[in-house]
Amino acid sequence: MDIFLQQVINGLVQGAIYAMVALGYTMVYGIMGLINFAHGEVVMIGTLVTITVVTFLLKAGFPVWLAGGMGIVAAASVCMVLGWSLERVAYRPLRGAPRLTPLITAIGMSIVLQNLAMMIWGRNYMTFPSLIEKTQFEIGGAAFTNVQVLIVLVAGLSMGGLLLLVYRTKLGMAMRATAQNPGVAGLMGVNANRVISSAFVIGSVLGALAGVMVGVYYEIAHYQMGFMLGLKAFTAAVLGGIGNLAGAMAGGILLGLIEALGAGYIGDLTGGFLGSHYQDIFAFVVLIFVLMFRPSGLFGEKTGDRA
Amino acid sequence: MSAKGEVLLQAQAVAKHFGGVKALRDVSLTIRRGEVYGLIGPNGAGKTTFFNCMTGLYVPDGGSFIFDGAPLKADAPDQVADRGIARTFQNIRLFGNMTALDNVMVGRHVRTQAGIFGAIFRGRAARAEEAAIRRRAEELLHYVGVEDRADDLAKNLSYGDQRRLEIARALATEPKLLCLDEPAAGMNGTETEALRLLIDGIRADGVTILLIEHDVKLVMGLCDRVAVLDYGALLIEDVPSIVQHDPRVIEAYIGVAA
Amino acid sequence: MRTWFNTLTPRTIFGLTLITVALLALPFVAALGGQAWVRIVNFAILYVFLALGLNIVVGFAGLLDLGYIAFYAVGAYLWALLASPHFGLHLPFWVILPLGAIVACFFGILLGAPTLKLRGDYLAIVTLGFGEIVRIFMNNLNAPINITNGPQGITLIDPVAIGNFKFSTGSTVFGIDISGPQKYYYLLLVLVLAVIAINVRLQHSRIGRAWQAIREDEIAAKAIGINTRNMKLLAFAMGASFGGVAGGIFAAMQGFVSPESFSLIESVMILAMVVLGGMGHIPGVILGAILLTVLPEALRYAVVPVQKALFGAVLADPESLRMLIFGLALVLVMRFKPAGLWPSPDRRRELAEKAR
Repeated sequence: MDIFLQQVINGLVQGAIYAMVALGYTMVYGIMGLINFAHGEVVMIGTLVTITVVTFLLKAGFPVWLAGGMGIVAAASVCMVLGWSLERVAYRPLRGAPRLTPLITAIGMSIVLQNLAMMIWGRNYMTFPSLIEKTQFEIGGAAFTNVQVLIVLVAGLSMGGLLLLVYRTKLGMAMRATAQNPGVAGLMGVNANRVISSAFVIGSVLGALAGVMVGVYYEIAHYQMGFMLGLKAFTAAVLGGIGNLAGAMAGGILLGLIEALGAGYIGDLTGGFLGSHYQDIFAFVVLIFVLMFRPSGLFGEKTGDRA
Repeated sequence: MSAKGEVLLQAQAVAKHFGGVKALRDVSLTIRRGEVYGLIGPNGAGKTTFFNCMTGLYVPDGGSFIFDGAPLKADAPDQVADRGIARTFQNIRLFGNMTALDNVMVGRHVRTQAGIFGAIFRGRAARAEEAAIRRRAEELLHYVGVEDRADDLAKNLSYGDQRRLEIARALATEPKLLCLDEPAAGMNGTETEALRLLIDGIRADGVTILLIEHDVKLVMGLCDRVAVLDYGALLIEDVPSIVQHDPRVIEAYIGVAA
Repeated sequence: MRTWFNTLTPRTIFGLTLITVALLALPFVAALGGQAWVRIVNFAILYVFLALGLNIVVGFAGLLDLGYIAFYAVGAYLWALLASPHFGLHLPFWVILPLGAIVACFFGILLGAPTLKLRGDYLAIVTLGFGEIVRIFMNNLNAPINITNGPQGITLIDPVAIGNFKFSTGSTVFGIDISGPQKYYYLLLVLVLAVIAINVRLQHSRIGRAWQAIREDEIAAKAIGINTRNMKLLAFAMGASFGGVAGGIFAAMQGFVSPESFSLIESVMILAMVVLGGMGHIPGVILGAILLTVLPEALRYAVVPVQKALFGAVLADPESLRMLIFGLALVLVMRFKPAGLWPSPDRRRELAEKAR
């Protein structure tokens, strides 16, 4: 029982991070049908920027809360600019190009960002400066830390904020309209460029926050960390039904839970044949099974082909 | 060959709804071999939905189709085509980036068999089949009158030529029943007249035709029998002279226009 | 029919002769720069092979496959397991290569059968997941039973050999000294010419037309009687078996396989070759594969000297600078040649029309 609860807690935290990153994928996909492969790298850069800024400020004698806060602001700003420029420079010129063209561009940008990061931050693992003193709590035989609580809380708040933005503001309405039908939205006076830019910027801010969370949680970072994280998050977005905000959140949490529980129980399930290093396959196995039975993801709309 | 006049297609209480909207309410009708059968009705009456159910693109929520003596499988458009039902689409669905000739050649797919090994090794049989496919496709292009556009990409053809090309592609599957979804839509008088001659010719070749059409004059002039759909329900199924004067039809369809 | 025979003007005969001589002489020219360059040329051909295999899936049938490398991995591991001291098996190549094609084909069907009804991008992510699953299994199937030897990979794999004629070592044929890599070159050349021929013939066949129809409009394709599911499966299986054969050659040529060679980025690279070259257009795909293999290698040699010449010192890590330039090249080509460097004439026309 305690293993179960423990894995649920771990899964929730990991899932919250996946959900934050998945939102960036799903927003861009929902509005322009593009898999922004470079989004994982944006998250990675968010983490690395935070490390640099916080380490520098702490050395300069700033108090921890201020250093941390400025680190987050710096990460968010850098990622915003990065996300905005990505769209502006790389993707915008490709509207109307064959379907796979922007995908290759996204892959190219992912390679560029990763190697740029390596040139700036080097190829070694970096330690994330400790911002919060970890305290451990126990509940029903399972342990959790204040950091974990904080991650889930911040993720919940950001996602709530995003939903408010999308469903309660004019910008949000424009975004939803563009996702439904860019042509008609344009006729109604929605500026598609602005909407798309906003999606990239908002997604990048969420990605930056996720990057900080990853840093605080695992206390370690690396220029290649964005790739697998991005891949998993994208999987989560598809799992929930890509283009659907609530789906991305649910998909993220679900993926985190599946991975944690899978890793905890796979040894018992297979009689010791498969160990916990198979953790990474759960995401994909579950994805394949879900899509076999629900081809548009768990919460995706059923889009029947029009005859 | 079976005798003219016997039943080719029988729709039995076909029903289809989308959410709460009942697009088809237990529609039953009978198409006989060799006739031109018209299906008319106001916009949104369910004509295209009926087509889509019959050709396997939609799964009906009730009822069934008996075609040529055996039930049609739902949800299997390719098998429906194999059984001998070919169709065109209201909003023309050609393979735009393929040439006109290739569009018709691909229509021969269901009546030919060359597989992967035939394609790779090009044995005698495969070569002969390929030549036959090409020959037949060229004949059909000629038949519908777009032979001089054979090597142009389908999307570059004029609207009328695209309609004709789509008919040629459908004919390439050697259908027993050819279903035309508003073939005259957007055509001018000359084009419509040419289309009428084409349909007449196809009928003369022994193909049964199911025609959805808005152009009442065309329908009444061409069709042996006509069915009228309104709000997804069948109003009447009879010869044009009777349908034309049926008060329900006048009210639902012709009357609206008057 | 056979009109091509009549079109053989002296000019085309001259051209063909020139190409033949160039292809035959290439490994000896490359060897002037060292055997390493012969190996690079070999890899270029191997990637042409792979790219053409993927072209069947992506270019012809329009199915976005991001896990293509999995089939390459299957072929490579099959060869490694059946012709190395790992299990003490040493089967000859004419058994393993067809077997590799069949097993990879089986994996293709295994993946394709349940997933091919998915829409484009969903299919992409599922194939991507499949590729990762295969790689993770290869990484971990060393315990409790050691099948793949885990991350260490399998070494001492048998080379391709016909009787006592081994492709791994040099020998003298008709008085000409020919190295191992050069032998593989000719083997690869024969294989890749066969693959090109198969691609061309498939494209202009009943099957190829059906694939193109599916790519253009799946609903209409169904309505004229194409069993789209089977046709897609066929494309998947064909592509997979090409990957399997290429993987086998890779294992034999390298003498070593490990899961590292089959990461997602490899799938992505092969896809990039297809798209960058010109999807569905065979000459374009070949060009894409050659460029994307040779460019990073050429950069490897250029990056350090150029930096020294410009700044007098090596400022940026050469490996990452090389990849950075490579990534930028992808972005720039897509920006200015959205349909690829050498698209099919139809595609070019289409874009020109759009631009108007």
